[in-house]
Amino acid sequence: MSDEIDLPLTPDDVASIVSLLNGSGYQGLELSTPRFVLKVARAEGGGWTQEWQHPIPPERPIAGPPGEPAAAIEVEGLLAIRPPLPGTFYHTPQPGAPPFVKMGDIVSPETIIGIIETMKVMNSIPAGFSGEIVEITAGHGDMVDQSAILMRLRPLGI
Amino acid sequence: MIRTLFIANRGEISLRIIRTAKRMGIATVLGVSEADRNALPALMADGIVVLGPAPSGQSYLDVDRVVGAAVKSGADAVHPGYGFLSENARFARAVRAEGMIFVGPSPESLDAVGDKLKARAVGAAAGLPIVPGGQAADLGEARKHASEIGYPLLIKAVSGGGGRGMKRVDREADLEAMVAMAMAEAQAAFGDPRVYIERYITRGRHVEVQVLGDGRRAIQLGTRDCSIQRRFQKLVEEAPAPDIPPAQHAALCLAAVRLAESLAYQGAGTVEFLVDAESFEFYFLEMNARIQVEHPVTEAITGVDLVEQQLLIADGQPMGIRQEDVTLNGHAIEVRINAEDWTRNFLPSPGRITTARWPAGPHIRVDSHIESGGVVPPYYDSLIGKLIVSGVDRTQAIARMSQALDTLILEGVATTAPMHRRIMADARFRAGAVDTRFFEGLADG
Repeated sequence: MSDEIDLPLTPDDVASIVSLLNGSGYQGLELSTPRFVLKVARAEGGGWTQEWQHPIPPERPIAGPPGEPAAAIEVEGLLAIRPPLPGTFYHTPQPGAPPFVKMGDIVSPETIIGIIETMKVMNSIPAGFSGEIVEITAGHGDMVDQSAILMRLRPLGI
Repeated sequence: MIRTLFIANRGEISLRIIRTAKRMGIATVLGVSEADRNALPALMADGIVVLGPAPSGQSYLDVDRVVGAAVKSGADAVHPGYGFLSENARFARAVRAEGMIFVGPSPESLDAVGDKLKARAVGAAAGLPIVPGGQAADLGEARKHASEIGYPLLIKAVSGGGGRGMKRVDREADLEAMVAMAMAEAQAAFGDPRVYIERYITRGRHVEVQVLGDGRRAIQLGTRDCSIQRRFQKLVEEAPAPDIPPAQHAALCLAAVRLAESLAYQGAGTVEFLVDAESFEFYFLEMNARIQVEHPVTEAITGVDLVEQQLLIADGQPMGIRQEDVTLNGHAIEVRINAEDWTRNFLPSPGRITTARWPAGPHIRVDSHIESGGVVPPYYDSLIGKLIVSGVDRTQAIARMSQALDTLILEGVATTAPMHRRIMADARFRAGAVDTRFFEGLADG
């Protein structure tokens, strides 16, 4: 530990700041240091708010949201199935089970084509369109976001 | 004294632990996944070690990686927080095998309460009333228990926790399918298909007692009421549990101490009870051998820093607090703000929080790792912060919580804050002593 005092402001400190401001005519206070920005402000219906920002030090570059995929490429004439939420994509309902769908399958909008796990919650993904599955772009266990393309369909009929 | 503490967790609880450790002059090293390396807790820790990729299985839940990172960090103690590896006896043993202190109970205590069937036996041996029921290794056993205890009943996973893997069965015709589904889910979620059956107490309240033990004696720090739940996930907690006759309140607390002392329990723990909302008869449910999400409401009414007590006890110091030193002052309420859209069946809503303007001021505490610009990654649970308020009594605490929620501004993702505004305005909640069916009534109303 360095001798430098480096304590974060505690909730008690913030409460003291609010008490001071409350007895004054001030509408708020902005505290800007190299380590953080704190804005304490009077709320509209009474009470106070605190808003914090800690800049990321330059030696810790922003890695960007993990798993950010390369821009999904559109293919003319084919429909793309994208996930409704970011998360982990699974082809099968459980390990070892057969996949929900495979290449060449004909699906309807309600057909479940996979599962997305987001925040420990499993959500099934409907195809959303009718068609034949001609491409499976996302792998089992891949991290995907809403811009990713999971599968491509060739529309039927019309 | 512990000099460097490795924190094997993430989110608000990691920041909460860092705050107390800094105040005690303990250096902190945080194990982070790739997804969390620029999150607020990582900036506030004295150092970080990257555990691995974002998915928990390759980072926060990987015993070997976490222990390896702790060793590499030069820490002399490991705090596991809640969830993840906090109640994993193998993890506790691995930490100890490397000569570090595990900030939590002994692996033997974790073994005793981690298996819910064992916990029932331990509770019964300590003289605590337990909910009628028992193990259902197959359908035959399930039918046998069901015929004895009747319907509705609950199926629970032996290795379960946090409300996951629980199923309510209302009639015999559903039993076979529900047992099969519960066993499959338990296997998938916990790697252990065993389930057991318990009577479902229709008008039950979820009341728990905070205990601290130093291996020789144990004390209690009063009750918390966590009856407001959705699908067995807690939404609102308060301390003390309202409207419980003093004699019953004392009996609950005493039972919790008895259980902790029978285990020679070391550290902070929570003994959970189901309390009949009418008769106040109570049954021991389980013991959580870790700090709880809702611990701040107890801190608010006792003035005790539970994380500080965990660290002192782990360090081998005798407990500095005597039972007679513990007084309960006023009332405290906590709401869990999750990144979920409660109007769309609690659909997860990960993403970047563009504005986080939290309430501030006296009687208000915010435990959150999310500030303006913060990211809620899709890989972990959806808790983005806890808002805790206190008052001289429950009425004042509710009024303050209502005002605090009115000032709260979170933009960029959907949150459960609007749901909490509705709960605070609900006449049943204001009257107090609601049972675990409260949320169904809210959704319908």
